[in-house]
Amino acid sequence: MFDDFLARAVLAGIGTALAAGPLGAFVVWRRMAYFGDATAHASILGVALALGFALPVFWGTLAVALAMGLAVAALAGQGHAMDTTLGVLAHSALAFGLVAVSFLPGVRVDLTAYLFGDILAVSKAELGAIWAGAAAVIALLAWRWSALLTATLSEDLAQAAGVNPAHERLVLTLALALTVAVAIKTVGALLIAAMLIVPAAAARAFARTPEGMALAAVALGALAVVGGLAASLALDTPAGPSIVAAAALLFAASLGLGAARDRRP
Amino acid sequence: MHLIAAEGLTVRYGAATVLADVNFALEPGEIVTIVGPNGSGKSTLVHALIGTVPAAAGRVTRKPGLRIGFVPQRLQLDTRMPLTVRRFLSLPLRQGAGAIATALARVGVPGLQERQMTALSGGQFQRVLLARALLARPEILILDEPTQGLDQPGAAAFYRLIEEVRNETGAAVLMVSHDLHVVMSASDRVICLNGHICCEGTPTTVGAAPEYRALFGLGTRGALALYRHEHDHAHAHGDDHAHDHPEREGESV
Repeated sequence: MFDDFLARAVLAGIGTALAAGPLGAFVVWRRMAYFGDATAHASILGVALALGFALPVFWGTLAVALAMGLAVAALAGQGHAMDTTLGVLAHSALAFGLVAVSFLPGVRVDLTAYLFGDILAVSKAELGAIWAGAAAVIALLAWRWSALLTATLSEDLAQAAGVNPAHERLVLTLALALTVAVAIKTVGALLIAAMLIVPAAAARAFARTPEGMALAAVALGALAVVGGLAASLALDTPAGPSIVAAAALLFAASLGLGAARDRRP
Repeated sequence: MHLIAAEGLTVRYGAATVLADVNFALEPGEIVTIVGPNGSGKSTLVHALIGTVPAAAGRVTRKPGLRIGFVPQRLQLDTRMPLTVRRFLSLPLRQGAGAIATALARVGVPGLQERQMTALSGGQFQRVLLARALLARPEILILDEPTQGLDQPGAAAFYRLIEEVRNETGAAVLMVSHDLHVVMSASDRVICLNGHICCEGTPTTVGAAPEYRALFGLGTRGALALYRHEHDHAHAHGDDHAHDHPEREGESV
């Protein structure tokens, strides 16, 4: 089945959803949407550097996404306004990335593959990297789950219980960088944040506990992958954006469900 | 051995010095109340003792492995995270169903396990926070103005509850408060804070200290004035209590 490009695409998408679901829940809870954007946009610079130095794109994006996450965390720690900091960093990283790509000698890089993803062209090796990355993200989050939740609720409660909130922020930064490196091939740098936020936001209507929301986010993300790819095949639309559009439709449906449930006595 | 101690503790936010040269130690089983006007650094001191605020100078020491039960001033939960009371009480350490039921019953809100945290009333919420603090089997309970947002009877009931659980567990209590007339009687020691320690001692000593009189001030003047006016006719004439808060008279009568 790995020989079929469509099967590989579905598996790559589900691998992405596995990492993006629980991490996306934290992005929603901690209002980190813009942080996700900044990290994802920075990955274009990582692509350029990786291609320039003839390194695997996965490692290039991972390194730059991680550097971006740490830079943002450091600047935020010094009391700079968070949205301004992120606005500056996100877009300048994207701009520098695009400029850097243009310097690449003799390489005609198809940028759209990195901006919007190229899920239908995922190779077996890339599929392996996606699943390994997703497994690493899940293992990291599962390991720190309780501490992460406590630090997300209240840094004071966390500290009083012996949990260092700064460590947990670092864990999330690392998980985010890994997820970006995983997802750049499936949905592309511009839409990674959507894969984090939209399924998690849709999952809220179905969940009573944090764990329930994370699992529902994975399920809805996987559903969006399958639905988006099917639509892409039937309507001949670009795959990555179709997946995000499918996720957005699921979110819209979840709004109706949430409203119906709230009306019930 | 002190449970928790500060030596020469100074805390700065940017250029502003919020706490200067605070020396403080809490012994096992002791009940200490910190009072002070708004902006006097009460919450900052609590946060420095817990470790969320770094010391600019001096140091904070905690007994190794100290179990802290912390009830924050306010915990802003919103509906983005679904969270039942049961799940909340299991953070960060998982608690058994029996322990959770016992803790909820102890603080007077039995059977709330499956409710969403965001659906609780203010009084229920504070009691659930206290239940969570108790589940840590604390050697010290730290409460940062735990009755903010409760009405007067609610606050009084909450203080009685704190006194009961402290008598049962023998935990030390460090409480930040401005409801001075309610908590003072139970305290072994009161610390009056205004960027530094102005005065400290037994409730009676502090209540009579001129530094304390000079400060209070915004926090408790209303309550104290009310209390005094009840007794005005009997003995307050000639006593300067009634006159050193002139701007309050209109409201109190």
